[in-house]
Amino acid sequence: MQFGIFTVGDVTPDPTTGRTPTEHERIKATVEIAKKAEEVGLDVVAVGEHHNPPFIASAPTTTLAYIGAQTSRVILSTSTTLITTTDPVLIAENYAKLQHLTDGRVDLMMGRGNTGPVYPWFGKDIREGINLAIENYALLHRLWREDVVDWEGRFRTPLQGFTSTPRPLDGVPPFVWHGSIRSPEIAEQAAYYGDGFFANHIFWPVSHTRRMVDLYRRRFEHYGHGTADQAIVGLGGQAYMAKNSQDAVREFRPYFDNAPVYGHGPSLEDFMRETPLTVGSPQQVIERTLGFREYAGDYQRQLFLMDHAGLPLKTVLEQLDLLGEEVVPVLRREFAATKPAHVPDAPTHESLLAAREPSSVEPEAPSVEPEAPSVELEAPSVELVETTEARS
Amino acid sequence: MTSIVVISAGLSVPSSTRILADALGAATVEHLSPSAEHLSPSVEHLSPSVELVETTATYDVVELRDLAHLITDNTLTGFPTGALADAVRRVVEADAIIAVSPVYTGSYSGLFKMFVDVLEDGTVEGKPVLIAATAGTARHSLVLEFAMRPLFAYLRADVVPTAVFAASEDFGTGSTVIGGSLSARIDRATRELADKVLRRGTTLPDDPFADPTPFEDLLRDI
Repeated sequence: MQFGIFTVGDVTPDPTTGRTPTEHERIKATVEIAKKAEEVGLDVVAVGEHHNPPFIASAPTTTLAYIGAQTSRVILSTSTTLITTTDPVLIAENYAKLQHLTDGRVDLMMGRGNTGPVYPWFGKDIREGINLAIENYALLHRLWREDVVDWEGRFRTPLQGFTSTPRPLDGVPPFVWHGSIRSPEIAEQAAYYGDGFFANHIFWPVSHTRRMVDLYRRRFEHYGHGTADQAIVGLGGQAYMAKNSQDAVREFRPYFDNAPVYGHGPSLEDFMRETPLTVGSPQQVIERTLGFREYAGDYQRQLFLMDHAGLPLKTVLEQLDLLGEEVVPVLRREFAATKPAHVPDAPTHESLLAAREPSSVEPEAPSVEPEAPSVELEAPSVELVETTEARS
Repeated sequence: MTSIVVISAGLSVPSSTRILADALGAATVEHLSPSAEHLSPSVEHLSPSVELVETTATYDVVELRDLAHLITDNTLTGFPTGALADAVRRVVEADAIIAVSPVYTGSYSGLFKMFVDVLEDGTVEGKPVLIAATAGTARHSLVLEFAMRPLFAYLRADVVPTAVFAASEDFGTGSTVIGGSLSARIDRATRELADKVLRRGTTLPDDPFADPTPFEDLLRDI
């Protein structure tokens, strides 16, 4: 099981001081937080993508490459990559480059984005959000798996004889998660490809997350990628901790009450009851997180949102100490103790490479199965890892 | 079992909006009962339908005043909780809706609109709907036609032709009044609603989680 943090890169005033960090401070803080995550033993750092204030989350691969250069072990991921408004060719190039620079420590989480004007700013129509996510990913999926792509669709200029460079590291495309708060179409998409499904989890009630994950697992099995309980599930989480739970509530309440997204709405107590937000002792966070299994099944990745709503860097780093030292070691032990042997871990570059090895020595015999969701409408091959001719 | 949900947006307790809401709900249930043809067209029942043991229809009232805080939370967080989630589910599953708002500042009340705003797209699409309003004077009666009806037209609801407006004075006016009594308007509107319900039959909304669109179709329909 992988544990990590995800951020949306918001620049939010600290409600207890009224001070807003500069963009420069927030960008540098993102790097410090990522380095701290590796230092305290977390497995994944995911950064968001936004193209408007108050976020510093544009150019995610620049941030991730910089973090990658200063870390050695942590997986660099996204939360999320805007598959709707970003050219899939650029996604293919940027993340393949990042793979090479970081020796494969890369995966991605696809998302649609929920800021209306971003679509027209990038020449797209928000009403086509689902269609953009489906068509753009279908192209991206091929660009990473086929050396030469001829392609034509609705949303992008056609490609004739196009080769996306660099080719994915070792011919292994980055593993992809599809993130969604509420769209069943995205769970269906993840299931179709045998990709991972990441339920945002933190902004909506548990009853909703259960339905999304159930749908994904059922359809993952339907498309022949394995049994439902072998599907690759990730969940968001949100926590603020202090040794003494009353201190945690007292410290976090002003940040909660003024937070983007849910601030000035429900009480902290109401929101904790309805969503996975846990404000309390490390033990409470452990117990709550272990409970996620009851409705999501045995899952592969748990990411926590720790750095939003104007929390100062010093506080975030202290929270990561608590997360890494007191919470995650217990979660690792407890989750491992109950996970059935047939439930896989989240794929990594190493595991994908190893799974492909037996057939990878036949460069002149590429798979004849359609690997991309081409117009033949075939499901991708059963294996999570598809053989590929993409060795350069 | 036919389920009628009455949305009542009155803010005072007790409210004339709730009185009208109950009257409309009870009259609709009466028209839908098996022996409706033999009943007097006048409306006698103002109490909830649990007493009408012979009927195959029931109505229940969603009292928005009780949900006001939860509705505000929903507009901020994007999801309904607790009693509001239950109310939304009842609206989704209802065979017909009766929407009753007081007139505030020349239109339906803000609370009424906020509740409509938190309903998912498609919630009342094709559903039979009866619109009704209350106000201190009859000068506001066209609110139903210039505000309420366009709102439900936008939502693609199937709104009955007769809308029921009750000014304060209507609660003390008998059947001899010019233009007809409130109870006569209630009777006509609820008959129209019952008729639509009987033609349409009971329906349940599609569940995209139980029955997802296959990916092949999503891909083909881009």
